[in-house]
Amino acid sequence: MSNMTEWLLSDSPTSKGQAFAGRTWRMWLSLLGNPLAITGLIIVVVLVLMAAFAPLIAPYSPIGQDLENRLLPPSWQHWMGTDELGRDIFSRVVYGSRLTLMIVLLVAAISAPIGLVIGAISGYFGGWVDKVMMGITDIFLSMPKLIMALAFVAALGPGIENAIIAIAITAWPAYARIARAETLTFRNAEFIDAIKLQGASPARIIINHVLPLCTSSMIVRVTLDMAGIILTAAGLGFLGLGAQPPLPEWGAMISRGRAFILDQWWVATMPGFAIIVVSLGFCFLGDGLRDILDPKNEGKS
Amino acid sequence: MFVVLRYSSSASLSQAHSINKVIYYQNNFCIDKKCLILDFLLCKFRKIPKSLGGISVSQTDTVDISAQSWTNNIWLKRFMTIAQFFFVLFLTFLGLLAITFFIGRVIPIDPVLAIVGDRATQELYDATREAMGLDQPLVIQFFTYVLDVFRGDLGNSASTGRLVIEDLKRVFPATLEMATIGIIIGVVLGVPMGVLSAANEGKWVDQIFRVLGLVGYSVPAFWLGLVGLALFYGHLGWVAGPGRIGIFYEGIVEPVTGLILVDSLLQGEWEIFYDAIHHLVLPAAILGFFSLAYIARMTRSFMLDQLSQEFVTTARVKGVPEYKVIWKHAFLPIRVPLITVIGLSYAGLLEGSVMIETVFSWPGIGNYLTVALLNADMNAVLGATLVIGAVFIFINKISDVLYRVLDPRSR
Repeated sequence: MSNMTEWLLSDSPTSKGQAFAGRTWRMWLSLLGNPLAITGLIIVVVLVLMAAFAPLIAPYSPIGQDLENRLLPPSWQHWMGTDELGRDIFSRVVYGSRLTLMIVLLVAAISAPIGLVIGAISGYFGGWVDKVMMGITDIFLSMPKLIMALAFVAALGPGIENAIIAIAITAWPAYARIARAETLTFRNAEFIDAIKLQGASPARIIINHVLPLCTSSMIVRVTLDMAGIILTAAGLGFLGLGAQPPLPEWGAMISRGRAFILDQWWVATMPGFAIIVVSLGFCFLGDGLRDILDPKNEGKS
Repeated sequence: MFVVLRYSSSASLSQAHSINKVIYYQNNFCIDKKCLILDFLLCKFRKIPKSLGGISVSQTDTVDISAQSWTNNIWLKRFMTIAQFFFVLFLTFLGLLAITFFIGRVIPIDPVLAIVGDRATQELYDATREAMGLDQPLVIQFFTYVLDVFRGDLGNSASTGRLVIEDLKRVFPATLEMATIGIIIGVVLGVPMGVLSAANEGKWVDQIFRVLGLVGYSVPAFWLGLVGLALFYGHLGWVAGPGRIGIFYEGIVEPVTGLILVDSLLQGEWEIFYDAIHHLVLPAAILGFFSLAYIARMTRSFMLDQLSQEFVTTARVKGVPEYKVIWKHAFLPIRVPLITVIGLSYAGLLEGSVMIETVFSWPGIGNYLTVALLNADMNAVLGATLVIGAVFIFINKISDVLYRVLDPRSR
């Protein structure tokens, strides 16, 4: 074991693999030292496990109706009570984690690469390419996100896929900005010059040498944005523009519970707690990752 | 000026010292030697630190250097700033129009079908298509659209049957009223919270405020609205329910400014004023909570930045009382960046009000937008999007430029 840690923490790694493993290990160690980040990590891991094993965790079916047991308050049989169709809210929340995870991952998978590529190209080439691309990015960046997503969904039609597309359209500009800023910091670095002198094409340089260096700050930013993505998706669901019934999407569930808020409070509030916990988890984790990965903070605290 | 600006895109002026670099630049950026020599001289005379070499200089930085050296005339500089501001504003508005145009005209597969329905005759279909100008090329369509918008023509609302612009004029004051009260709550509570947090960094006050701030980032606004309604209206009965004013008072106050608090005061209707406040306080407080989270967080980080400065230490060593150190030495310098933060969160509130208004049936622009969304009333949706977007952009850009005007270092 001590050999292992020694190998990992070695000051002079002998291979690329060892350097990478050592870096990951050091990050893991500093993550362990940050209680909030660990809380966030645990929440996110629980979310993923919940989504993966939803059929095993959920005691009831998320869409099975039981009209005799409608609007029951929380009890041992139904931890979060039942809704107006007698469906167990806890089971629906568990299955809803699948939708939330899917939305978050798809939005990140669509918008982060787009932003990354646009930002890297813009920063690498500079000149009028940069001016035009950043001009467009700035225009998108200065739009109100939620309103834009609403308008896009209005045109595309309600539905979870369209909600994902709409959120992704509004999310990429921030990533483009970050990727550009990162690219600018090492555009004139010696190693880029060296590759250039070897005759590498711009596409090769950007894909093999610029993009990998942008990813760490991108991961931080995406994690921090996850909370916002979840809230926007839930908002669209609440307005009836996101996931459609009977899908157990958390925002849509809150919207159904709106009619009973004064008497059967649990129908609307329970899915809300799930949203808060998950968003907080991503916030904590993102904050922690930023502290670890941001070189500006190194040596502080 | 031209030379420097031209150079500004390629960073690190002092790299010209080394002859290798000169060749390198020639190959890659096609910059002629004359330029380099000139810049080299500029470097010398303008005392640009050599440390810039090797690190890329962002564009604004370089332009700033050139602006200092070439245009010492402060009025010319101010004029340029203002001209640039309006140019960017104009471009951004045009971008907004392009996006709404795209949403309204390009995404729907057949906008005509959406209006006439699929059972319409071919003649009616063609006539409508021509009336909408859809037989024109897209560029011409966009041009017509922009002209229409500048003339204030946003089309008719399919659900209310009125002109969209008239509808928006009617509903906008309600949103403005709520957002304004919200931002006042946010500033009055958020700024002292941020200052307190920074002054007691790491202590329990700081921890509580920070968690409160993080909660503000992770609570869905509509959920907080519903919980607030259930608690303060349903169970405690402290505030009035959804809506802007009690049903008995509907239509008594003549709308002058459209802001019901102002109108009822002007006409001396105290009862209505109290009723309006009862309705307003909960949604505005919830809206304020979201701006509070952001304002407190930013205030805290600005204050921490100031408190670690040497002049603060000097003041403390001199024996200045701590409250004076905090409120005078540290707080006064952060007023300017705070204005930007407040402006940004005010713009954010206009957007956030969409959800809150839906929950509280508040007759503002957000509610108008969501009702239009559910009725697939595209003209109204795009009109509301355009107005919210325009106000949002305007406040954003104003607070950005205000920062530059007010900060003495930028003069």
